[in-house]
Amino acid sequence: MNSTSTHFVPPRRVGIYEPLHQMGMWGDSFKSNITNGNMNTPSHIIIPNNQKLDNNLSEDTSHGTAGTPHMFDQEASTSRNPDKIQRRLAQNREAARKSRLRKKAYVQQLETSRLKLIQLEQELDRARQQGFYVGNGIDTNPLGFSETMNPGIAAFEMEYGHWVEEQNRQICELRTVLHGHVNDIELRMLVENAMKHYFELFKMKSTAAKADVFFVMSGMWKTSAERFFIWIGGFRPSDLLKVLLPHFDVLTDQQILDVCSLRQSCQQAEDALTQGMEKLQHTLADCVAAGQLGEGSYIPQVNSAMERLEALVSFVNQADHLRHETLQQMYRILTMRQAARGLLALGEYFQRLRALSSSWATRHREPT
Amino acid sequence: MDKVMRMSSEKGVVIFTKSSCCLCYAVQILFRDLRVQPTIHEIDNDPDCREIEKALVRLGCANAVPAVFVSGKLVGSTNDVMSLHLSGSLVPLIKPYQSFLN
Repeated sequence: MNSTSTHFVPPRRVGIYEPLHQMGMWGDSFKSNITNGNMNTPSHIIIPNNQKLDNNLSEDTSHGTAGTPHMFDQEASTSRNPDKIQRRLAQNREAARKSRLRKKAYVQQLETSRLKLIQLEQELDRARQQGFYVGNGIDTNPLGFSETMNPGIAAFEMEYGHWVEEQNRQICELRTVLHGHVNDIELRMLVENAMKHYFELFKMKSTAAKADVFFVMSGMWKTSAERFFIWIGGFRPSDLLKVLLPHFDVLTDQQILDVCSLRQSCQQAEDALTQGMEKLQHTLADCVAAGQLGEGSYIPQVNSAMERLEALVSFVNQADHLRHETLQQMYRILTMRQAARGLLALGEYFQRLRALSSSWATRHREPT
Repeated sequence: MDKVMRMSSEKGVVIFTKSSCCLCYAVQILFRDLRVQPTIHEIDNDPDCREIEKALVRLGCANAVPAVFVSGKLVGSTNDVMSLHLSGSLVPLIKPYQSFLN
């Protein structure tokens, strides 16, 4: 709420119509006082009896007191237009009262908005804890999520949104095509586009990793259920094979051999990278803990620690390379139709994980 | 560079590493899993470290380490090793050097 001009709300909208009405009545009783000849009793004129309408009594009183003697002097000299003068004064007081009520309404509105803001922030925190990644600028968490301020990451998040849309579209197309009749050329195009689409994501992630490797590593752009399965910034290549393989009805002997060989080499490569990551974690921990603890947060070997963190980028790239190669090898081993089925299965698997994340996050909102 | 040529043409699997490089460690683990005992040259402990690094980069390894040689021939860095392995082409290369002990 920066400028008062843009946030002024006419009194009617904030439901203070009644007080005005009451004020009108007060004005009427004032007039009747006049005609009854009660002008010599200042107390009736100046001080409003209705306390709940006005919390700025002191302001009112001072104006009233200052004005009263003057009014009576005038009254004494111009007995010709007592009504006009009384009416004008009453109108002035009414205007002043209206103004005070508007101000009060505005302040009340500010208070309500402030409460609402606090509530929204609490809801946001709760949503985050449940695993929804909520990316926006109004963040007060000092530990994380400052990546939303990082332009490289903001760009990546936007691109990823488009990537998912395109992914969903491709999955639909694959599904339609596999249920119907499709010529080889069209099938090949669909499969190759789907493969390229995954490779595009790896390129995007590589750029994002340079902007903020922790963001990519922990899969912050993914939904909560997807993030549960994260391995060095993405899905496990061995999981990919586990998801795909049940969907191939008939495999030739050579295909079976090739698939077994791929499964084994994929697992070995994955294990090697996992152990490399563990070593990185250990050496980083040693680095951070080195020197005397208990003397503040200064890191004696901070340069060495930073070097270790640089290495994380290489690991993310290497893990994506492994995913890339796994997809590539599957494409080589399978027939075009099988590859299409496999890509459909893989895409739907991720869609289900995303849907699961949604269901999980909204489970508390169901009426009980 | 002579030193690199000499070291790399040693028999079997030769890997140039740095003690602080965890990707190098990952590559070593992979070969160990494949029952191969590679010869490791930790270049950061070598007085000619800078020269060796430059030579490896010139040979095609962008990060210098890890640099993997098999039977005197450059296989490449982590990327190349992973690609070869997943395509099934790594094992035939190292077969002569696989031990049957674990």
